[in-house]
Amino acid sequence: MKKSIEELNAIRERMKQTIQMRSDNSNNVRVVVGMATCGIAAGARPVLAAFVDEVNRRQLKNVTVAQTGCIGVCRLEPIVEIYEPGKEKVTYVKVDENKARMIVAEHLVNQRVIEEYTIGAAK
Amino acid sequence: MEDLSLHVLDIAQNSLRAGAKVISIEIRRLPGKDLLEIEVEDDGCGMDRDLLSKVTDPFFTTRKTRSVGLGLPLFKMAAEMTGGSFDISSTPGKGTRVKASFGFTHIDRPPLGSMSETIVTLIQGNPDVRIRYREVTENASFEFDTQEISQILQGVPLNEPEVLQWIKDHIDQCEQELLNNEHLL
Ligand SMILES: Nc1ncnc2c1ncn2[C@@H]1O[C@H](COP(=O)(O)OP(=O)(O)O)[C@@H](O)[C@H]1O
Ligand SMILES: [Mg+2]
Repeated sequence: MKKSIEELNAIRERMKQTIQMRSDNSNNVRVVVGMATCGIAAGARPVLAAFVDEVNRRQLKNVTVAQTGCIGVCRLEPIVEIYEPGKEKVTYVKVDENKARMIVAEHLVNQRVIEEYTIGAAK
Repeated sequence: MEDLSLHVLDIAQNSLRAGAKVISIEIRRLPGKDLLEIEVEDDGCGMDRDLLSKVTDPFFTTRKTRSVGLGLPLFKMAAEMTGGSFDISSTPGKGTRVKASFGFTHIDRPPLGSMSETIVTLIQGNPDVRIRYREVTENASFEFDTQEISQILQGVPLNEPEVLQWIKDHIDQCEQELLNNEHLL
């Protein structure tokens, strides 16, 4: 337990520096995961965790991962929306952990929307 | 819902929507009494009697009454299917408490699932809400409180990924120790 708190202290010291460097991001991208009842039942919790992990692992400093309690279309959950400044919102449906990691790699890093995962392809 | 920790996440989302600043979650494993109890308490806006009487009625939930949804009836049903019980009390302006008990050994009782994932998910989306988490067994317990973590962090947000990972590992470790003590694993 004691050792564990020391680890937390170390994380704090590391974070204090990186957070200062990050504070000037104007073109922020938002990834919003639907966290209402149907979303949770369909697997939104691990999807959120996958986005947080992948965005952190790739050090995408301008990407914020957020949650919404708003109710989406139950049979299309988990639903994830991506908001980028100056672009139309993209809505991904039936997302799972793998798709989440693919969306980070393709959409957020390579700037290519994965059409087959979007709500338009699902109908 | 696949497991009870997902129900807890969903019930706590109600607390967040009610504007809670403090959410207290408690899991009590009491196999000696054949009970698993779950309690979620918040200091959100609460509900008046009229709404409170409707929220667990599954007939109301299937209607298009906008203020009534699925989460509470699902949780209630899950508890009752295991011979357990469900109770919700609420005071407008003060807060709400949801309590469900499950038959510990009942074949229909879903597993608890990962409470650490649920707690970390709540913190990720709501770093400014104080989350208190307690697990109790017959002779031991542990407590986790984001307020204590915030004090250590001195301004570093609770929802930094590294911090979230630490919290998840920490809760998993506490749970493991608790269950090892109780020979519940
Ligand atoms: N903790 C709470 N505080 C205040 N109101 C609540 C709380 N939990 C539930 N409610 C009320 O009960 C309603 C039904 O909740 P629920 O069954 O979870 O469905 P949903 O969240 O989809 O509306 C909510 O919309 C809300 O009006
Ligand atoms: Mg709900």
